Amino acid sequence: MFCYLDNSATTQPRRDVIAAMEHAMADAFFNPAALYAPGLNADREMDKARDAIANHLGPCQVTFTSGGTEANNLAILGHLRTCRGQGRVIHSAIEHPAVLEACRHAGTLGYEVVQMPVLTDGTTDLAAMERLLTADTRLVAVMQVNNETGAIQPLDEIIALRNRICPDALLHVDGVQGFLRVPARLSADGINTYALSAHKLHGPKGIGALAIAAGTRLLPISFGGGQEKGLRHGTPNTPGIAGLQQAVEGYPVKHAMRERKLRLLQRLQDGIPEISVNGPPADNLAACDHILNVSFPPVRSETMLHALEERQVYVGLGSACSSRKNTVSHVLKAMNVPTQIASCAIRFSLSPDTTQGEVDYAAKCCIDSYQQHKRFTRR
Amino acid sequence: MRELIMVRYGEIYLKGQNRPYFLRLLVKRVNEAARPFGATVWLHDSRLIVSGMDDINACMERIRHVFGVHSVCPAIEMDKGDFDAVMQKAAELMQGKSGTFKVMARRSDKRYPLDSPEINARIGAYVLAHVPGLTVDVKNPEHVLSVEIRDWAYLYATVLPGVGGMPVGSNGKAALLLSGGIDSPVAGYLIAKRGVELVAVHFHSFPYTGERSKEKVLTLAGILSSYACGIKVFVVPFTEIQMAIHEKCPPDHTTLIMRRFMMRIADRIADKEGAQALITGESIGQVASQTMEALVCTDDVASRPVFRPLIGFDKAEITQWAERIGTYETSCLPYEDCCTVFTPRHPVTHPRLERVHAAEQSLTDAEGMIQRAVDGVEIVNT
Repeated sequence: MFCYLDNSATTQPRRDVIAAMEHAMADAFFNPAALYAPGLNADREMDKARDAIANHLGPCQVTFTSGGTEANNLAILGHLRTCRGQGRVIHSAIEHPAVLEACRHAGTLGYEVVQMPVLTDGTTDLAAMERLLTADTRLVAVMQVNNETGAIQPLDEIIALRNRICPDALLHVDGVQGFLRVPARLSADGINTYALSAHKLHGPKGIGALAIAAGTRLLPISFGGGQEKGLRHGTPNTPGIAGLQQAVEGYPVKHAMRERKLRLLQRLQDGIPEISVNGPPADNLAACDHILNVSFPPVRSETMLHALEERQVYVGLGSACSSRKNTVSHVLKAMNVPTQIASCAIRFSLSPDTTQGEVDYAAKCCIDSYQQHKRFTRR
Repeated sequence: MRELIMVRYGEIYLKGQNRPYFLRLLVKRVNEAARPFGATVWLHDSRLIVSGMDDINACMERIRHVFGVHSVCPAIEMDKGDFDAVMQKAAELMQGKSGTFKVMARRSDKRYPLDSPEINARIGAYVLAHVPGLTVDVKNPEHVLSVEIRDWAYLYATVLPGVGGMPVGSNGKAALLLSGGIDSPVAGYLIAKRGVELVAVHFHSFPYTGERSKEKVLTLAGILSSYACGIKVFVVPFTEIQMAIHEKCPPDHTTLIMRRFMMRIADRIADKEGAQALITGESIGQVASQTMEALVCTDDVASRPVFRPLIGFDKAEITQWAERIGTYETSCLPYEDCCTVFTPRHPVTHPRLERVHAAEQSLTDAEGMIQRAVDGVEIVNT
């Protein structure tokens, strides 16, 4: 049985998404900046896509980007370009590299970059955050849902702290893993900028967006022909935008991901008592519906991943973005997960299409592989 | 007039009656290297001439990597009758150079009206007059402009060193135990450099190591094969043996016993492939399995010579070689090739052969496991 449980790495584009993109390429291929009617139509289609996204986030300006990474960079560096190199930049310790590296770059521009710790369940340590926020803080970057553990960050509390201590600081939220799965609203005194990506939602790769609340001013970080209100230059990726729109509109409102995730965990716990969950308890409100990060000590992540691969079960290794580095994930490290446990972490990430049969099969394969390989530990 | 590449060979000069055999092989290897550039190669007056290439610099770079090549130089072949044109061309070649120079003429066509000292003097004077920034120093020049008068006139001012060695295929065949590390590709290179054809044996422990780690090894083999004229890689399924050793043998002896099984399997593959020796990247004392005693224990199971060209090298020296031959970056990719699960925390550093033999007694199906591993081999040509 083919069983894809790495949907936080990327998802399979839906048929209707592919059809929408094909139409955008074959028939509606015109440059949206062109003056003639078909160009205007392409421009209108982009506005519809913006509306489809804004429907879920409240009134905001939607700027299309090449994906989540560019959207995060644009928000962080585009905002800091307005701040003249002074003040503090705060981000949580568990951010995606797109945010971490952009903030690190901010350090070279003169900002004081500070990392906020997380609690052992992978949610932001609000008490520490309160201590770290200063009146001259320019930017607070916190992700909505962590990509490795599925921990939902306490954004309401974070907004309240920001509004109390540094109301002028921009709050940027990386919503790549949260969009459509956990609600979010943008406003001048709430989330100011929000990054999202299509390929985590059964859309295509290479397209994403930055949603910007009214009253937030950003400057561009690349330069060109003035598209996207001068914020993101270059001819827009109209097929990608059509795919993103279709992915957003077609994303199911009702799904059984939480139920499936809990069933998967239950099965695993029944077969493998040694299992431990990395992140908030799976049935907790702080745990998202679609990500389950567990360790099967002493079987190492790579061994489990390859053993599952042999049976066509595809899972993630903490984070797909870091599987080229031979180190323990910075997220689990920030949560103080012991190295022996962290080096055995596997991430299951579900999609609305994941069936009960698939999670049962995946659990069975995990249990079998665990029994087969647990004897082989370092001596 | 045309551009060509002159290729000089080194050690083959020392060969006596066998020289034609080595030369034929060298021409074949240079031909293989130059063919993708549309070039043709022939032997002429104790050097190889390569002509007709579409990209002279890329072609020259490729030929420099052929074992047996001592040096290459880009040269101009032109009509020797028009000496004014020869002088003009000589000045053109020296254009942009500064410092000291001399002209070195060789005249194998003894009917040529000018003799060598005259050619030196006339071309030297012309270059001196037409290229600013050059002075003559015949004892210790920075640049040497060579002019050879044969059927044609040949001019060249740049000599690039080749990799040296002997043409691959001139010195038998050996099986290289190839991991994804830094050392073994260098060991393979150094032996291939002496004209030895290579096959590679790689041990793969799925699911403890994944596809990417295999891919990495095949990439390394690919880099090596650009020097060694194609390498057949034998990927051996090794998981069963590693698991059995881990379960049944004393933990401090597992790595050593694993190395012995690798040797046995490589030995069988060498038999099948007609390889006369094994090659490993070991260096005395680098790790526990490479102490003198451990090497004695691994040699014990090989039925043919085991070449260890890195035996006296420090890690830093091996790394320099890896950088030079272009394998270092790939070797440093993080995919494991022998999972740490199977590496004991405290391996024995002074093993005794009797103890190793005794420890292996518990592996009752050793022969069956080796046979299954050999039968399960996947062959990849790089």
